[in-house]
Amino acid sequence: MINYLWLVPALPLAGAAINAIFSRKMPRWLVSVLGVGSVGLSFLVALAEFFTVLGAGAQGVFNVSIYSWIPVGNFKIDVAFLLDPLSALMLLGVTGVGFLIHVYSTGYMAEDESYGRFFTYLNLFVFSMLILVLGSNYLLMYVGWALVGLCSYLLISFWFTRPAAAAAGKKAFITTRIGDFGFGLGVILIFVTFGSLNFADVFARAPQMFQLGAPIITTITLLLFAGAVGKSAQLPLYVWLPDAMEGPTPVSALIHAATMVTAGVYMVARSHVLFSLAPFSSEVVAVIGAVTALFAATIALTQMDLKRVLAYSTISQLGYMFLGVGVAAYGAGIFHLMTHAFFKALLFLAAGSVMHAMNGVIDMRQLGGLRSKMRWTYITFFAAALAISGFPLFSGFFSKDEILAQAFESGHIILWAIGLLTAGLTAFYIFRAFFLTFHTQARWTEDEGRKTESRHSPSSVVGHPSFHPHESPASMTVPLAILAVLAVVAGFVGMPSVMGPNFLEGFFAPVFGEAAAAIPAGTEWMLIGASVAVGLIGIGVAYWFYIASPEIPVNLAAQFKGIYTLLWNKYYVDEFYSAVFVEPGRRLAMFLWQVIDVQVIDGFANGLGRAMASFSGALRGWQTGYARAYALLMLVGTVIVIGWLMLR
Amino acid sequence: MIPLQFYLIVAAILFCLGLFGALARRNAVAILMGIELMLNAVNINLVAFWRYVKPAAPTMDLAGQIFALFVVTLAAAEAAIGLALIIAIYRSRDTVNVEDVDLMKW
Amino acid sequence: MPILVPDINLRIIAPALIVTVTAIVVLLGELVTPAERKRWLGYLSIAGLVVAAFAAFSLWGANASGFSGMVVADNFGLFLTLTIALSAALSILLSIPFIHAHEIDQGEYYVLLLASVAGMIVMATATDLIVIFLGLELLSLPLYILAAFQREDTRSLEAGIKYFLLGAFSSAFFLYGIALVFGATGTTNLAKIAASLAQSAGSPMLSIGVGLLMVGFAFKVALVPFHWWTPDVYDGAPTTVTAFMSVAVKAAAFGAFFRTFQFALPALALDWRAVAAVLAVLTMTLGNVAALLQSNVKRMLAYSSIAHAGYILIALVAMSANGLSSALFYLLAYTVTNLGAFGAVIALSDGARERLEIKDFAGAAREHPLVALALTICLLSLAGFPPFAGFVGKFLIFGAAVETGWAWLAVIGVLNSLVSVYFYLRPVVQMYMSEPAEGWSGIRVAPLVALALLIAVISVIALGVFPAPAIALAAGGLIR
Repeated sequence: MINYLWLVPALPLAGAAINAIFSRKMPRWLVSVLGVGSVGLSFLVALAEFFTVLGAGAQGVFNVSIYSWIPVGNFKIDVAFLLDPLSALMLLGVTGVGFLIHVYSTGYMAEDESYGRFFTYLNLFVFSMLILVLGSNYLLMYVGWALVGLCSYLLISFWFTRPAAAAAGKKAFITTRIGDFGFGLGVILIFVTFGSLNFADVFARAPQMFQLGAPIITTITLLLFAGAVGKSAQLPLYVWLPDAMEGPTPVSALIHAATMVTAGVYMVARSHVLFSLAPFSSEVVAVIGAVTALFAATIALTQMDLKRVLAYSTISQLGYMFLGVGVAAYGAGIFHLMTHAFFKALLFLAAGSVMHAMNGVIDMRQLGGLRSKMRWTYITFFAAALAISGFPLFSGFFSKDEILAQAFESGHIILWAIGLLTAGLTAFYIFRAFFLTFHTQARWTEDEGRKTESRHSPSSVVGHPSFHPHESPASMTVPLAILAVLAVVAGFVGMPSVMGPNFLEGFFAPVFGEAAAAIPAGTEWMLIGASVAVGLIGIGVAYWFYIASPEIPVNLAAQFKGIYTLLWNKYYVDEFYSAVFVEPGRRLAMFLWQVIDVQVIDGFANGLGRAMASFSGALRGWQTGYARAYALLMLVGTVIVIGWLMLR
Repeated sequence: MIPLQFYLIVAAILFCLGLFGALARRNAVAILMGIELMLNAVNINLVAFWRYVKPAAPTMDLAGQIFALFVVTLAAAEAAIGLALIIAIYRSRDTVNVEDVDLMKW
Repeated sequence: MPILVPDINLRIIAPALIVTVTAIVVLLGELVTPAERKRWLGYLSIAGLVVAAFAAFSLWGANASGFSGMVVADNFGLFLTLTIALSAALSILLSIPFIHAHEIDQGEYYVLLLASVAGMIVMATATDLIVIFLGLELLSLPLYILAAFQREDTRSLEAGIKYFLLGAFSSAFFLYGIALVFGATGTTNLAKIAASLAQSAGSPMLSIGVGLLMVGFAFKVALVPFHWWTPDVYDGAPTTVTAFMSVAVKAAAFGAFFRTFQFALPALALDWRAVAAVLAVLTMTLGNVAALLQSNVKRMLAYSSIAHAGYILIALVAMSANGLSSALFYLLAYTVTNLGAFGAVIALSDGARERLEIKDFAGAAREHPLVALALTICLLSLAGFPPFAGFVGKFLIFGAAVETGWAWLAVIGVLNSLVSVYFYLRPVVQMYMSEPAEGWSGIRVAPLVALALLIAVISVIALGVFPAPAIALAAGGLIR
């Protein structure tokens, strides 16, 4: 099967190319067949490749050279793919989740006029991500890295007629480019140091050439991590991700939750040989991961836009993954990457389903009570919420627990405590979103007469909106159901040692080496207990705030006229009520969001742009248009050049 | 025999005069004259070097002289094109002042 | 008095000779061609260029030197000859409909263009400062006229006069430099200069001469701070001429620049490499930053071409075999990419009314999706975005710099190419993310323009995805 590996990226590329050129002249069903089918076939090939790797066991590392790309002297860079357990799993994730999201998009985007363009970009994205994952050298990885950034930009500003979308796309592009610069420098430095960019060469030479903690390796890894910080939206370059929610929801699910943003984690895991040699860099990775996890989770507490809650949640969960790979638990980090891909994609798609039903409304203040209207969306969102909260035996439980256990075991008690606290906050904010969206009283009016058209660009309905919410078509609910099953069961591949065999650890052995010694059973149970406890507390508090206590104001409200107005007011009371308990946290969250997020970091990005513009303007001043002035300036230049040459 | 330096100094002075003319004059024709002066300064250099640098060689190697001839030819071609352009711009703008030719800037 | 008669070997200068003969034939043909058949002169010119390219191919690997060591047919020169011929042929494809639409379709246009090409080929294959100067002037003089070819347009005239005055001005400096180097070494032959310098120490006169040579080349390839003419001339000249100038002049001038500095003046490398490195930094940075605020596509591409000269200069600073081959590859990649970009700009124009403001491109993707796609690919390639030709070119150049210990220069190059993405994406954003401007309906892309665009875009993709053959060819292009 290895000989067919090239098909995995080639199929989506072909889909993108055909749709790019012919989609305007093709019927929609053909566009869908090409767009979805290419990724589906790609998934089937990837599945076969996965089993090839699985069957090969410890020998499951394949280097497949497609052709010689840039040969310069004795230095050669091939278009070559590296298929090992790590990339095989990533392949499955990208093509599998990608396929489901493509299917979902046929329903979600059905009425969009730029249907063909959407699938072109989406297929191009899948191709780029596969190149990033499969590339067997840093240059090819950089190619994928740059291309996914471009696709992300195109898709965020997909609805370009809205200024917010165009601005968000630009912001994402600028911010991630800062990280890319670091990544590019890292690649240059790798080339200078090792004389090669192939993973195999670099990872073989690194331990021979350098001691643990060698400054050059530390520099390389920090530069690479800078790229990861930009791409995976960590502190301080995370600002673009919440804004990226301006894109269509399937895009948020695929690119800004399940795949592209995890590229940084993948890259760190892929470069684990280098990071293992650089304890300082690993520490930086772990600390930034943990701090980002907590920081983003606190912001998620106060957001009212459902997709923004999910976006901050993604940043927070990515922080977990970096915490994992930072404490050298590479397998655990990738494990969480995988389970997160399932449940976060699911959360986003469910949110998209809500938007689909509610005419593009995504503000939770205008939602509520959708439980009975959207059965499938409700159940699947519930499953995903349990998974992300770390509810026992759901997927997030296993992966989050493993990261926290490894952090604890490696002596990072403070980081473990931060992670634990974040787990509690996560459970709270996700259930807050869940209750506000699906439970509580509906804060909209049933409008029977008008069938709600499915628009998704967030419409800012002022006052009290009226809708006719409906369950989404099967093309959207079936992917939801499949992802829900995965979000529930995917965790069993990596059970903690006290509960059963950890299949994933053995699977990753050819990449990350044999697993560390098992954690003592007592400690393990204690850690599991702590995680479960904070998760349950978080869910409980959310229930108390948004379900249990609102009954009193609701009863009161029933006696009054204009019940919806009161409901609206009650909502603010409720918010205030909950705020009394979490006032310090809320204050902090607002401070972090408004001051640091909006002013400092945005200000920096904007300021950089302004500085460049004024620099550019100053340069224009020299371009006077007078030939004699040019001649004089040239003379000055000549004198300087000659003077320098003579004085040396 | 007059030392080489004298020729070089004369050439350098001539070059600088031409340079000054090219920079200081506004009239395109005058600028062109300044440039021609610079080219001729180089010619003095070329011939002087040819004569002095390798006193034995001149009989064999005519590079300096030939080069000077090339430059003279080139100067003529350049003048022809330059004057043609200046006439064209005079027709369209009624001026040969290069300060007035500044539609494009920044 | 015995006079050394040079060995006349016409085969070595066959490409330049064929182009010259074609120019003369076209000039005579112009007299007998009726006005409505002028395009045939264009086809004839392309045919001549194709024959010249075949002649260059047949000389591949010959490594023959002729005319008393004044010209050489080595792979380096031949690679540049092929690049120049390609750029001229594509430019003529773009020009035939363009000059017809602008009612300047006279045979002289092709004659001047071919004469300039002959000068470029001479310059790229010259191994003597006299011949380099001859080539330089032969390529420049027709370009002065071409820049002013739209006689009814004062902007075009202004471009011509500015280019002429500043070009003649810099020629004088260059010539003075040659004279001083001649005085210091007693020869104008590059190989003999190198031999002479290997034995003797430098002198102030030599330093001045080398500095003036550098200024002369810097002017032609538009290095900061000798670039002032570039934006104004590129802006005012007819778009097809700008397209041709921006690529072909660079190929020829950089060829001679590399030959002179890397092979005649290695003894002074310690001095000029530092100067060149500073010029490279200035050129890249100022070119890219100044491009950020441009609202006119031609002006933006002018600043972009300045920035690209800076990237190529890095390869000279590296002064290695890989540096040389990377520069050749880069010049080829830049040629097809930039001609593709200009081709798309021409394709989007409405007859004689050109769309040159970036905001004019609004909504082009909806009306001309393929042209918009082609422009996007070319601009991304210029920005060094993978997997297009420009990316491989930049990688090769930065790699060569890193190899020879100039990693900091590569870092500045990488930073610059990141900055450049912003202005290259502005037309793309306009095309894809704006409501269409008025007047798009009824515009047909001329078949010849479409053909040129197709060739350019396929080359951009091919050089990015399968660059190995071109790299091998460029690597074979080492000077003797």
